[in-house]
Amino acid sequence: MTDTTRETDGPSVDQTPAQREAPEQRTGQHRPPDQRRSTGQRWEVVPAPTRPPAERQRRLDLRSALAVNTGRMAASLSQRLGLGSGGMIGGRLALTLQPSLLERLATGRRVVMVTGTNGKTTTTQMVAEALRAQAPAVSNATGANMLDGHVAALMTKLDAPFAALEVDELHLAQVTERFEPAAILLLNLSRDQLDRVGEVRTVAASLRRALARAPGAQVVANRDDPNIVFAASGHPNVTWVSGGVRWRDDALNCPRCGAFIGDVDRDWRCQCGLARPAADWEVTDTGVLDAAGTHHELALALPGHVNRVNATFALAAALHLGGEEAPALARIRRISQAAGRYDTVRIGGRKVRLLLAKNPASWLEMLDLVSGNDEPLVLVVNSREADGYDVSWLWDVDFEMLRGRPVQVAGDRALDLAVRLRYAQVPATVASTVEVALGGTDGRVPDVIANYTAFRDVLARSRR
Amino acid sequence: MTGERVRIALVLPDLLGTYGDRGNAIVLGQRLRWRGIGSELVTVLSSDDAVPEDCDLYLIGGGEDVAQVAAVRFLRRGGGLTRAVQRGVPVLGICGGLQVLGTTFVTGDGQRHEGLGLVDAATEPGRGRAIGEVTTQATLGGIGVLTGFENHLGRTVLGPGSHALGRVMRGTGNGHAEAEGAVSGHVVCTYLHGPVLARNPKLADLLLEWALGEPLEPLPDPPELTALRTERTRVHVRNRK
Ligand SMILES: [Zn+2]
Repeated sequence: MTDTTRETDGPSVDQTPAQREAPEQRTGQHRPPDQRRSTGQRWEVVPAPTRPPAERQRRLDLRSALAVNTGRMAASLSQRLGLGSGGMIGGRLALTLQPSLLERLATGRRVVMVTGTNGKTTTTQMVAEALRAQAPAVSNATGANMLDGHVAALMTKLDAPFAALEVDELHLAQVTERFEPAAILLLNLSRDQLDRVGEVRTVAASLRRALARAPGAQVVANRDDPNIVFAASGHPNVTWVSGGVRWRDDALNCPRCGAFIGDVDRDWRCQCGLARPAADWEVTDTGVLDAAGTHHELALALPGHVNRVNATFALAAALHLGGEEAPALARIRRISQAAGRYDTVRIGGRKVRLLLAKNPASWLEMLDLVSGNDEPLVLVVNSREADGYDVSWLWDVDFEMLRGRPVQVAGDRALDLAVRLRYAQVPATVASTVEVALGGTDGRVPDVIANYTAFRDVLARSRR
Repeated sequence: MTGERVRIALVLPDLLGTYGDRGNAIVLGQRLRWRGIGSELVTVLSSDDAVPEDCDLYLIGGGEDVAQVAAVRFLRRGGGLTRAVQRGVPVLGICGGLQVLGTTFVTGDGQRHEGLGLVDAATEPGRGRAIGEVTTQATLGGIGVLTGFENHLGRTVLGPGSHALGRVMRGTGNGHAEAEGAVSGHVVCTYLHGPVLARNPKLADLLLEWALGEPLEPLPDPPELTALRTERTRVHVRNRK
């Protein structure tokens, strides 16, 4: 990985010393739902710790301790040599030396796993922050979301009682084979790099198998996404979040039996019995409604409906792990970027806001987000291995939303994008680089929407 | 063509629409609009009774094995598509659409399925997936070079009732005799995504002329489209797999 240093900086939340002090650990302590959800107050007094933060000294066997030390050394060496954040290589090495290291490091901690096609990194950061209102939490903030990344994150602080871990959709099953997480968040499922990852249905079935191995976990799942409903419906403890779905083309047919569902915005019930569950949390234009109908303002620093949905998932997870709403929410609110997403940075002397869109569903979310303003817009599309080589998906995205609005395009596949925009009647100018594209915009702060490797490259060239 | 508007049927996007296939409908509608001709998009879903036979042009995309089998069953229902083809109405089948419109296809589980038989083409799984950029020389008059992206396991053998859409200059195509795609009358099938009509406007206009039954005014290609075709057909664009 050749990521920017920013990704290793951790969350961009200003912490007061008081917040950094971990209050009494509340794990396992569940208050009744009415109390938990009906507070309109933004702040509450956090009790002073009655004993030192509940950080147990972790006793590892010799082999595991050796693996952790070697992994840490490799990580720090790799970092010093400028090979990136070093997390991945350290985790991989440690896992090689002690194959059961993941379950050993997870034992005794309360781990929240976050998965889904879109929003994993941002939501994971929100969960980590929300948990930090209670006690220290580690997280794979760099987005290394397979087992070695999880080991790397858990190694960083052996005595942190909490972990928030982003996990690749197809790797959750490997995680629950090794240990049972305290909570599992299932955000959404849609097509993503089809020539690499496989069908949405395959992923849904894999998630379903993963949940079957974790009956004691609290699942928080998106009830508006039929593929997620299918994955979670057999589980005994599910909290359902309703955030709506903008991208429907992967959910027209029942994931269980294949029958036509049609419009997923209503309370559908398939002939096979699969149905849209009732919502425990329903995301609104400004916040979220709980099951009792009480509205909670979210007032996030992060923009858009999509982040209110992510925040609701994080809040639900924090509450299930014994957190208090006000302090958890206060920390979620202050997050202003996640691994560069939504960050305002400088590129070639220009200030821009960075937005990541890596598949049709996330393009729709980001186009929806920018359609609320008329700032200059730069769209960047690459088609490297991590993006998928085929860009036919550009035609699945409703770029018609931008009709009449001038757009600058760049990236390896700028020409494909320009042709798509021509047919959508969006006036587009092709530029050789993002910097050149920015030169074609007026003096305001442009939004730059870029797909995966394009985003990574722009972020690497940017400064805060 | 019925009435003033060209009716373009997008057939089973819920089953066969995996790779931006909706884009071909966008391209056709817009190319008519630029010429002042109205069009209507008729979306045929698997929840509908059958394929209507009164459309002027049919688009069928690609999908996974299970979807393909379900699609054949649906397309046979009522016989509307077959009757439209007999009237000379153009049909474009992409990837899985090619296999479904052919005589037989074998799915990953080794099962052989009857296709609709609208083109004389039989498909079996190959040894590995063909993934990457494709360039062909079209066999249809005036079309020239075709460019697209392929991603398929099937290898297709053409029978005497069909001819290839293009001769492969780069990529795999049908995987037999340097052929790509299958054409029989006004039924045109290809493995090319891109979508194929976005990258190849002459093919789009040929289908529209068949649908209208009369020649169309030529449209100048916008500069980014000319540049895209040049970029994609350049020999040194690496075909990474
Ligand atoms: Zn069903």
